Amino acid sequence: MTQETDRTNRHAIAVRGLSVYYDDFCAVKDVDLEIERNRITAIIGPSGCGKSTMLRSFNRMNELVPSARAEGEVLFEGINIYDDDIDPVRLRRRIGMVFQKPNPFPKSIYENVAWGARINGFKGDMDELVFESLTQAALWDEVKDKLDQSGLSLSGGQQQRLCIARTIAVRPDIILMDEPASALDPIATLRIEELMDQLAKNYTIIVVTHNMQQAGRVSDYTAFFSLDETDRAGILIEYGPTKKMFTRPDNQITEDYITGRFG
Amino acid sequence: MSRDLVPEQPTSGDFRPNLGRRHRIGKIWFVIFQASTVVGIVALTALLVTIVNSAFGYIALESSIHPSTLASVPLEDLPKEELVRILQENVSKGLFRRLEHDQPFEERTKDDVYGLVLERVVEPKVVQQWTLLESVFRRSMVMTEAQEKYPEAELRFESWIDGEFITSPQSGDAMRAGVRTAILGSLWTVGIALLFSFPIGVGAAIYLEEYAADNLVNRIIQVNINNLTGVPSIIYGMLGLAIFVRLLEQLTSGALFGLTDPTTANGRTILSAGLTLGLLILPVIIINAQEAIKAVPGSLRQASYGLGATRWQTVWHHVLPSALSGILTGTILSISRAVGETAPLVVVGASTFITVDPDGPFSKFTTLPIQIFQWTARPQDVFRNIAAGAILVLLTLLLSMNATAVVLRNRFSQRA
Repeated sequence: MTQETDRTNRHAIAVRGLSVYYDDFCAVKDVDLEIERNRITAIIGPSGCGKSTMLRSFNRMNELVPSARAEGEVLFEGINIYDDDIDPVRLRRRIGMVFQKPNPFPKSIYENVAWGARINGFKGDMDELVFESLTQAALWDEVKDKLDQSGLSLSGGQQQRLCIARTIAVRPDIILMDEPASALDPIATLRIEELMDQLAKNYTIIVVTHNMQQAGRVSDYTAFFSLDETDRAGILIEYGPTKKMFTRPDNQITEDYITGRFG
Repeated sequence: MSRDLVPEQPTSGDFRPNLGRRHRIGKIWFVIFQASTVVGIVALTALLVTIVNSAFGYIALESSIHPSTLASVPLEDLPKEELVRILQENVSKGLFRRLEHDQPFEERTKDDVYGLVLERVVEPKVVQQWTLLESVFRRSMVMTEAQEKYPEAELRFESWIDGEFITSPQSGDAMRAGVRTAILGSLWTVGIALLFSFPIGVGAAIYLEEYAADNLVNRIIQVNINNLTGVPSIIYGMLGLAIFVRLLEQLTSGALFGLTDPTTANGRTILSAGLTLGLLILPVIIINAQEAIKAVPGSLRQASYGLGATRWQTVWHHVLPSALSGILTGTILSISRAVGETAPLVVVGASTFITVDPDGPFSKFTTLPIQIFQWTARPQDVFRNIAAGAILVLLTLLLSMNATAVVLRNRFSQRA
């Protein structure tokens, strides 16, 4: 990123006219959106409306699928991340991701957290970094005595917090979460939600969820996506502060979805 | 038959009562599968029994000059000078002079001289051999037969496969022939094959799975690699002959490096054989490594990319370690196949009779399966026994390789 950073702007990411295609199929069409810094933004909507595609377009993870292409702009620190001279590898360190099914590496807990930092050239005190990351992920107390055990030996909820810890270890600005608690039991889910609240103090969080109550509990802003009737592409129906969206939404479709009339 | 839990309604319309018939059909298939297993086990047992049967048994040994007439103690206990004297007294002057000329008796080891005494003076010949089953279960019959037909012969129980068999070099005399030359030849050729094809194979698999785009050219390459696994091995032999033995003779004979006598050197060396075998197992290694890499879950790669890793870092730190146990298993199984290949190596030029151990990639060679083949082709019955011994050595080698494959797979497996 060669231009000066635009940190005074309270928008962490701005999306302008973004459309994402897989070959000829349009998954997401013409989205305009501004994500607030240090807040939790939820993306909700019925199945297949392009929520995950939208999320993955923030850190160019869509490109791992060969047929994917994007049009429009996604501005991070004032620079369009889809410019030719932007390296997605660099980008993904600044914008991290936590996945739906916990996927820790088949390495020790310590290595899980340390690896990302190490390959990105971290030169400081690794023990300290691991401690900080696991603490911020509310996992330190549970694993401090077994850092050399395999990450896969933890429970589902612990594994997910481990994944959060390793994402934090590379010091991102934004954390993307793709339905992070949908594979977990209710208690573990609650802990993840509490964690999100804590994390928002230092990071910008964007979370995709199909659980509306969760969106209502956890997020400051909500973006509601749905399917366009004519070409089945995902479009942004409404975006605003969560309280307003859930009590007095502007759009009738939003109200129908929130009250459970469809989706 | 169990009691029906739900009374059958005679006119329930959609569902026919067929539970009895379904169970019967299931039972029939079960019996068929069981029978197949039994047939397989019987076949394997028959194979093993036949070989072991030939590898042990009584033999009747007749000597031209009996060792007891030469000395009062067993020959191998005599000092070297005594043995030289016995040799001198019992062979022609011309032969003794020639032996002295080849290598002076001063320099020869005692074992060497003892061997010469056995070969030239005692000249033991196996006149009859019996199988293991006969030797164990029909001993008295064996003894009476030996007594009647060969009263002068010594009857003794011989293990054709023993420590000496494995450590002795090849020889024209069946009694003293061993498989050491062949084992070393097999190990050298397979070692070179592995050195050549493992890095290339795994590298190609990584490229095809992780880097190559899904376009027409790459699909054609993939189809061709798949087909190469089915090519008969003799064709690889012809390829090896044309390219490694003839075209690249300067390289494979070692002449390029000035390592051999240019008048006797040719391309029929371990290097040619190893490279030919390497080409043979290369497609199998590629396909197998590809499967192992494909089996690595995509979520692992996504997690790695999500942290800002490059493609190479993802492959090296996550994909390869995860695929390693599968790759190793497949490689070891390919080696097992390479050890057993006979036809291509015959074409490439394994020596028909070689007693000198290979000492480098530019040596002449023979391998275990080729040795077995040559021994079974000899007219004398006794060679079939040592062929059986060599087969047991080969089987042990293969079994231990497969066992290693299983151990390695479990050790490197990353399913926590």
